[in-house]
Amino acid sequence: MQYLLLIYRNEAELSKMTATNREKMSAEYGAFTQSIIQSGNFKAGDGLQPTTTATTVRVRDGKILTTDGPFAETREQLGGYYLVEARDLDAAIAMAARIPGAREGSIEVRPIMIYK
Amino acid sequence: MTPSAEIDRIFRDEAGRALATLIRLVGDFDLAEEALQDAFAVALARWPACEMPDNPRAWLVNVARNKAIDRIRRQATFRGKQQQLVHELELDARADDDPPAMLDDDMLRLIFTCCHPALAAEVQVALTLRTVCGLSTAQVARAFLVGEEAMAQRLVRARQKIRLAGIPYEVPERDALEPRLNGALAVIYLVFTEGYVATSGADLMRPDLAVEAIRLGRLLDRLIPGRAEIKGLLALMLLHDARRAGRETGAGDIVLLEEQDRALWDRAQIEEGLGLVEAALRVPGRPQPYAVQAAIAALHARAPGWAQTDWPQIAGLYEVLLRISPSPVIELNHAAAVSMVDGPARALDLVNAIAARGGLDGYELLPAVRADLLRRLGRTQEARQAYVAATAATQLEPLRRLYARRLAELGV
Repeated sequence: MQYLLLIYRNEAELSKMTATNREKMSAEYGAFTQSIIQSGNFKAGDGLQPTTTATTVRVRDGKILTTDGPFAETREQLGGYYLVEARDLDAAIAMAARIPGAREGSIEVRPIMIYK
Repeated sequence: MTPSAEIDRIFRDEAGRALATLIRLVGDFDLAEEALQDAFAVALARWPACEMPDNPRAWLVNVARNKAIDRIRRQATFRGKQQQLVHELELDARADDDPPAMLDDDMLRLIFTCCHPALAAEVQVALTLRTVCGLSTAQVARAFLVGEEAMAQRLVRARQKIRLAGIPYEVPERDALEPRLNGALAVIYLVFTEGYVATSGADLMRPDLAVEAIRLGRLLDRLIPGRAEIKGLLALMLLHDARRAGRETGAGDIVLLEEQDRALWDRAQIEEGLGLVEAALRVPGRPQPYAVQAAIAALHARAPGWAQTDWPQIAGLYEVLLRISPSPVIELNHAAAVSMVDGPARALDLVNAIAARGGLDGYELLPAVRADLLRRLGRTQEARQAYVAATAATQLEPLRRLYARRLAELGV
């Protein structure tokens, strides 16, 4: 099965991080990504620019409406994702728990829909 | 027993096992459940007229397996997928009579799937009662005090999540077993406590739920032998449940432990519980919370009366519990035991300290324990206020009547 692992974390806290800690975190992400590439679980993964760069788009009555910012204001914001191949939910949970961001933020594990 | 009552009993006893095996064979919760319902319908039509099969479970599994194949075939004709037919052939190949060890594994797989932490705690309990215990959706709905339609929806969504999210149908591996086992035991204990003291309603107890929980505890103890936490929980449930007949009057009023007629307690069940407590405490390793709680229940069960109870040891065991699994509820129980050792004044200090920290805001037994201590201290006016607060905090009719009795005794 394929799962999308959505990484949520508090942007305000993240922006306060020291340069050393930032480097450490990015090294940890690098190591994690390498490990799931080698184990064959990695399908895709990216980090996202902060929500201050987000634009939300709606179409109402045929008109395109754009607003500044994310769809919903929440305590934690989407900051990146991995698309992984996993045997079952337990394997996906185990992988999600190894994402460095899981220690401060949270990871939402969503199965990918299969169209028959 | 009438034939239909006998058939009902067989369905009830075999539903969990049959479903557990079917899920393994067909690899799908929903399909297995539907196929088993089909098989029950066939049994209801056939069994009363002719002789019952020697092995009703094997009969049900075989009929349900064929029903599942029919359902797959019907789907396959409009989907036209070869894959379905391959699956079907596999189904035929794996349907030999299974050895008992395989059946036990099926049951364990089913329990661990229903108690998967990716499902909400309430959903885990509902799913366990429905699929492992074989309660009907209506019965599960009654246990949760919700409508049958709402419960059916909740169960459908749960089974959907199992399928779509890929919740595995397997016993967790060694290093994952411990937390998952604790989760399963927590579900069983939730079923039991709801049966022991209902959250709300007219009746203090729901013995059917307590009986189901004990059945599950026995099953787990047999399937995963030698685990102190399982033996401890089973002992705890048996010892509590053994007092059932003494815990309420014919009119459904609560009889507190101190006033219970101990001759009404189920001695055979107490003996079984005591044996399990000892077995649990003998297992090497650090003490398990359920085993310690069971040891406390054992001291109550052994005592000839309220006054002759070994209160210092009970207070000491609560202190052990506070070290290994601290919680405000344990603190409250500890305070109640302390009141029997050092008197109600010292216990009241402890209870007031718990209340001041706010950890038990909204916990309905906090004002009740305070009220009892104030009453024993002769602080009538404050006791009255506490009983009024306790009455407002509970949804359970027999508890309300108990507090009303206390208020009447206090006069004022």
